[in-house]
Amino acid sequence: MLSDKAKKEIEAALKKYPNKRSAVMDALRIAQADRGGHLERSDMEDVAVILEMNPVEVNEAAAFYTMYNIQKPVGRHHIQVCRNISCSLLGAEHIIKYMERSLNIKTGETTPDNRFTLSTVECLGSCGTAPMMQVNDDYFENLTEQKVDEIIKKLV
Amino acid sequence: MEKILLKNIDKPESHRIENYIKDGGYKAFAEALKLKPDNIIQMVKDSGLRGRGGAGFSTGLKWSFIPKDPTIPKYLCCNADEGEPGTYKDRAIIDNDPHLLLEGMMITCYAIGAAKSYIYIRGEFVFGANRLEEAIKEAYAKGYLGKNILGTGFNLDMYIHRGFGAYICGEETALLESIEGYRAQPRKKPPFPALAGLYGKPTVINNVETLACIPAIIEKGPKWFSSIGPEKSPGPKIFGVSGHVKKPGLYELPMGTTLRDLIFNHCGGMLRDDRPLKAVVPGGVSAPMLTANDLDTPLDFDSLAAKGSMLGSGAVIVMDESTCMVKAAFITNRFFSHESCGKCTPCRDGTPWLTRVLKRLEHGEGRPGDIELMESLCANIFGRTFCPLGDGAVMALRGALKNFREEFQYHIDHKKCMAS
Ligand SMILES: Cc1cc2nc3c(=O)[nH]c(=O)nc-3n(C[C@H](O)[C@H](O)[C@H](O)COP(=O)(O)O)c2cc1C
Ligand code: SF4
Ligand code: FES
Repeated sequence: MLSDKAKKEIEAALKKYPNKRSAVMDALRIAQADRGGHLERSDMEDVAVILEMNPVEVNEAAAFYTMYNIQKPVGRHHIQVCRNISCSLLGAEHIIKYMERSLNIKTGETTPDNRFTLSTVECLGSCGTAPMMQVNDDYFENLTEQKVDEIIKKLV
Repeated sequence: MEKILLKNIDKPESHRIENYIKDGGYKAFAEALKLKPDNIIQMVKDSGLRGRGGAGFSTGLKWSFIPKDPTIPKYLCCNADEGEPGTYKDRAIIDNDPHLLLEGMMITCYAIGAAKSYIYIRGEFVFGANRLEEAIKEAYAKGYLGKNILGTGFNLDMYIHRGFGAYICGEETALLESIEGYRAQPRKKPPFPALAGLYGKPTVINNVETLACIPAIIEKGPKWFSSIGPEKSPGPKIFGVSGHVKKPGLYELPMGTTLRDLIFNHCGGMLRDDRPLKAVVPGGVSAPMLTANDLDTPLDFDSLAAKGSMLGSGAVIVMDESTCMVKAAFITNRFFSHESCGKCTPCRDGTPWLTRVLKRLEHGEGRPGDIELMESLCANIFGRTFCPLGDGAVMALRGALKNFREEFQYHIDHKKCMAS
């Protein structure tokens, strides 16, 4: 069930558009944040009801965009390391391997304590400060092993 | 050259409207509201401004296609999807000078007669989306947005639409589909968005940097703008440099600056003095790479097209001697197949096939005939796709094969890399 806060946020998003369907991306984003980082089928059904859409259509929209984690819970800190060209030229693979060793998980996995999920992603638009990663909403740039250690230590 | 696009980004609290106004901001908008919309369109045409999102289409001409009938609602969509690997210029404006973008959008909306406008920002730019949200609030509070703006009778509302991970949303018609709540798959053209765009209404789609050029064109005049850089491709341009240079970063320079000047003067040269330049991608990964022989090429739309590459987004990716071109091609191609929207077969099936071949080459498992196989796959994709993404994948790979074919062959013959 969506929280009242989430429902209010979706109501506000609806005001931006001439029809309800256009708010589907906002609504799914809000629902995902409401659940703490991923979407369950019931969330998409809730969104469908509010937007007067067919649940299949909501599902289809959600499945297209990579940032919706459909039935795929993520840890409290979702670490996404850029693997694209500018980051790769300056050692992204090394950072990814170092991260796997430090967290003792493989890319795509979540630590048993549910603290971290590690993913790789395509270019995040921060190529001049490569290598870089995003943790939840925040960007971390010019990464080195030492910097990665410091960042991880602070994320409880 | 006096900076206009990056002039504010390093100032403290540059995102605040008071500071923007204190430094002369929103004067151009007030000025524009005194002009006839058609005059503004003419000024932008005369300035020679060409779109900074990649295609380099004349901005004034694009605006002039919008029907004049005041009873038809019209839209402006700002393309802030910034997804072309290597590109990070729009983000600097969004994060640190959001009002420059908003002012450009306001003038554009007035010129084309739009009363509603959306900024399509990629989902990962959460900081930027919040900045824009705040900036829009400030602009409403100061009366630059809303009803009867500055007492002129002009009304304008502005909204943010957040993407959620899909490079294809940067393609303008896919962007419209995405705002309308569908999967972001490109639309058939024609009809062009100028006639039937967002919700079927006349729509202009412009890139962030394009829109950020508009206030200066109003304030300083079209002649000033067109006098910077080459005649057919004028104006200031942000070059975003990444890769193996000493000082990667954003450089606002005249269009037509040479690669050599950019890399060896502005960026301080190669990252390591003992590793010379091997290849440079001049305009985001869709642009075919150039080599050390091409360093005197001016960075502008026409000069790069003449070299068989393109200016694209102006993202310059520099690779030194230590770079494995097979790996670079693999990473680039993997990106395109990952981002293929699945609408047309040549791209949906062809790009992952290329990625599989490149992957085995990169892993030392290449087979004789793999280069020819890739060439034939490229031929079956190029020119046969629904949108330019598939062509971009091919152009990037062909650029690597053309300049570094022997490296690909070496990978096949020796099962390892020439560069390492
Ligand atoms: C696959 C693809 C991705 C694109 N991505 C972007 C983008 O991220 N940002 C952008 O401004 N234009 C992008 N474009 C270009 C847009 O389709 C469009 O031409 C541009 O936004 C028009 O604005 P402009 O005339 O101001 O350049 C992309 C095009 C294609 C085919
Ligand atoms: S070329 Fe690729 S991205 Fe473009 S429509 Fe076809 S499948 Fe989609
Ligand atoms: S390539 Fe990593 S942020 Fe662009």
